[in-house]
Amino acid sequence: MTLLDVVLHLPLIGFFILLALPKQSSRMGALIISLVIFVLSLGLLGPFSNGAAPGFAFTHNDIWIAVPPIRFHIGLDGLSLWLVLMTTLLTPIAVLISWKHIDHRVKEFFAFLMLLEFGLIGTFVSLDLFLFYVFWEVTLVPMYFLIGIWGHERRIYAAVKFFLYTMAGSVLMLAAIIYLYNKAGSFDYVEILSQLQSGRLVFEPSTQLLLFLAFFGAFAIKVPLFPLHTWLPDAHVEAPTAGSVMLASVMLKMGTYGLVRFCLPLFPDAAHSSAPWIAGLAIAGIVYGALVAMVQPNMKKLVAYSSVSHLGFVVLGIFSFTQQGLDGAVYQMLNHGVSTGALFMLVGYLYERRHSLEIAAYGGVATPAPTLAIVFLITTLASIGLPMLNNFVGEYLVLQGAAQANFTWVVFAALGVILSACYMLWLYQRTFYGKASESVSHHIGDLTPREWAAIIPLLILMVWMGTFTQSFMPPISAQNAKILEQVNKTQVKVAEVVHAR
Amino acid sequence: MLDNFLPPTSAEYFRILPEIILTIVATLILFLEGVFGDNKKGIYAPLTLAGLAAALVAAFAANGDQGPAFQNMLLIDGFATFFRVLVIGIGVLVVLGSTEYLARENSKGGEYYALVLYSIVGQCVMSTANELIMIFIGLEISSIASYILAGYLRDDPRNNESALKYFLLGSFATAFMLYGVAWIYGATGSTNLTMVRGALSSSNGPSLSLVGVSAALIFVGFAFKISAAPFQSWAPDVYQGAPAPVAGFLTVGPKAAAFAILLRVFLTGFGPVASVWTPFVWGVALATMIVGNFGAILQSNIKRLLAYSSIAHAGYVLVAVTADSDIGAAAAMFYLAAYAFTNFGAFAVVTYFCRKGEKYVTVEDFAGLAQRQPGMAAMLTIFLLSLIGVPLTGGFFGKFYIFKAALDSHLVWLTVLGLLNSAVAAYYYLRILVVMYFKEPGESVENLPPLGMGLRLAVYGSAVGTLFLGIFPSAVLDFATKAALK
Repeated sequence: MTLLDVVLHLPLIGFFILLALPKQSSRMGALIISLVIFVLSLGLLGPFSNGAAPGFAFTHNDIWIAVPPIRFHIGLDGLSLWLVLMTTLLTPIAVLISWKHIDHRVKEFFAFLMLLEFGLIGTFVSLDLFLFYVFWEVTLVPMYFLIGIWGHERRIYAAVKFFLYTMAGSVLMLAAIIYLYNKAGSFDYVEILSQLQSGRLVFEPSTQLLLFLAFFGAFAIKVPLFPLHTWLPDAHVEAPTAGSVMLASVMLKMGTYGLVRFCLPLFPDAAHSSAPWIAGLAIAGIVYGALVAMVQPNMKKLVAYSSVSHLGFVVLGIFSFTQQGLDGAVYQMLNHGVSTGALFMLVGYLYERRHSLEIAAYGGVATPAPTLAIVFLITTLASIGLPMLNNFVGEYLVLQGAAQANFTWVVFAALGVILSACYMLWLYQRTFYGKASESVSHHIGDLTPREWAAIIPLLILMVWMGTFTQSFMPPISAQNAKILEQVNKTQVKVAEVVHAR
Repeated sequence: MLDNFLPPTSAEYFRILPEIILTIVATLILFLEGVFGDNKKGIYAPLTLAGLAAALVAAFAANGDQGPAFQNMLLIDGFATFFRVLVIGIGVLVVLGSTEYLARENSKGGEYYALVLYSIVGQCVMSTANELIMIFIGLEISSIASYILAGYLRDDPRNNESALKYFLLGSFATAFMLYGVAWIYGATGSTNLTMVRGALSSSNGPSLSLVGVSAALIFVGFAFKISAAPFQSWAPDVYQGAPAPVAGFLTVGPKAAAFAILLRVFLTGFGPVASVWTPFVWGVALATMIVGNFGAILQSNIKRLLAYSSIAHAGYVLVAVTADSDIGAAAAMFYLAAYAFTNFGAFAVVTYFCRKGEKYVTVEDFAGLAQRQPGMAAMLTIFLLSLIGVPLTGGFFGKFYIFKAALDSHLVWLTVLGLLNSAVAAYYYLRILVVMYFKEPGESVENLPPLGMGLRLAVYGSAVGTLFLGIFPSAVLDFATKAALK
């Protein structure tokens, strides 16, 4: 029983506690449970405090099912550490921002939020492919209900589309996982990796490509990578604020996490050979997402398309196969979680006041709500990558890494940075500046203490991550270096074996 | 072989004790009903449950003393025990799930329970049969009782349609099977599966075309019983028309037993000529999944939807049969167990919900159920997630083991197409979740009756079973693996 076990299982226990608690206390209950989980999860930083990556920390490796051997194997490394912390941080925030907004079937809402946290943490810490798949699917159910019950008008369409898209992607991953098991005799990630590196297990490039594509398809849908992104704007726009925040900040990272954790080390040759294509799609997504965001009349849709654009950077960084590119990509996963999560929260704040997501319904909001305007501005600047704020670091590293791989990529990807400034600042201008109409000044008040409490941690992180990168980067870098090393080792082995034939 | 005829030993009777107990209890019920007439109608359900419990114990006890019985006509092995326990367990759920329905329809009567018991006796015989004629007899015992059950509410025209269709197509199917048995007897000189296997694996065995024809005929007969495409057309009408708990029973009990004989005949008897029949079963499996899933998308009646879904699930199990391996047989057995809990559970919720005269049976009627009856909605959610194949439910592990077995046997395309099918299936199951949780309650969820004890046990028991198989699958899978044939 390690601390990670506790952090993983508490949300599940919280789910049952909330179901048992009376309706009136479910808000408070959810807040307390999720805060306790967050505080406990800070303890996970311990082994990473001196920056070295000690392999997997907090491992728990036990038999779950004897035949075929499926293990309950979890552990934490520099890659999963921050994603777990982000999950535990954003869950109490999601509780806070839903405090008033959710007024019917309150108990189920917070219970599903807990179940979602359980699934998300599980996905990030699983070291058994089968266990990973289980958690991966488990996250679908609560999110499906969060969108479908508490969403906006077209919520049912969005919820079903979300479920089916993800399901369709993941069944092929399941086939690939079974195939891997048949070859390696184990579902254990660590075991399979060591077999690959020692050359006991070798996949021909053609087999590798199919396996890679099966995994990649599931992850690319989740990221989402252009052109598989069409579920995302629907899901985001229709989801309640907390759903959008969890979806953007954490759930999309399941896809990019999977790419780094599984696609690269397990199938390095296939990943290498398809990198140009994937980079092309990533760049297309960066530019396309930005252009589409530019013309959106709906704020939430704008932020959703900006996610498509931002996540394109992450994928580009991953498939640059360089230290900087990977560091930037992983850092950008966190940045995107912080700043886009904050944007969705702020849009939600506006929606709660004005009950509209149309940009045209606003204008001059800065007059009645000056501090809201300032917070929104900081978040906007962070999102467009202003130096000293978090996104700048990630985007810069990604571009640098991509430049080492192929300079033309950078030329196009940099367009996305410029475009993001256009659409975000334009959004800001149309919403906050100008003369406040009667209805705006009548409905819109400034931030309440509860709203402050929810947004402040994210504001602090924007500045902190933008200025003191070293507080976060060492475990990430160390882990990425290890992944690149694994990629090289496996590639060499494959080359040897194929050559020997 | 009359020259070495010996009277059956007591051990042999002990091996068929479950069937004996069930037959005695069923006959006793019919007798008591004659004695008491319209009085004391409450005693039959407890009596049936007691009989089933005793049979369950006997089935486990018989497993301790495995071996053939009655001139090798029956074979009590792990495989037989697995299916006997499964169908008797299904019987328990069916009895629990039926009492309220019968009371509601003013049709409380002993003969319902007696027919359920007779049907289960037939299925037990199918599970243990090691001989084609015994299989035929078991199939007939099970089927005839089932035909009557399907038309149990005889004043209801839908019940009549259901029973008549089931009877006509069912007899047709058995005729095919019997014709195939005749061919195989002609080809090998025996109807005993062990001897058929011996004849087929010997070098101077019968010609492959002869064996192929008999295997095809027998398979067609079985395909009717498991509702495999293109012999599935009866299933939606029959399941829709039959009383809800009976429909639930028909989708799991007779089907499980039919798969038992399919596995026994094709993996044991026709095992040596697997290369002849596997391509054929491959195609049938794929067609069945596609017909079931795409048919279900169009349905608005929930019983009909579940009927099409049960066709699709037969397709998944056929994938495991196509794998033609130990692992495949074990996967099929596990799947049938998980499916029994899941699907009967779903039908039990429908039984609760449909009310007198099965008034509310469309998917739309479930609108807002989650707000009026969150407990029942949650249970139906578990069953639907299991049918979709979401992890932590039995349905997920069932699918996982099946497709793992298929990949072990290098059926890559069938696996990929099957998995994609299961993604399509998510769509129509989600529709039920959508109306239950996302739609506002209508008139159909007002005045829901209280949930009686029997139905409560059936629903919650099925849910516990579904989740148990989804979290701790090892216990059942280990048993199935040890019992798997070959």
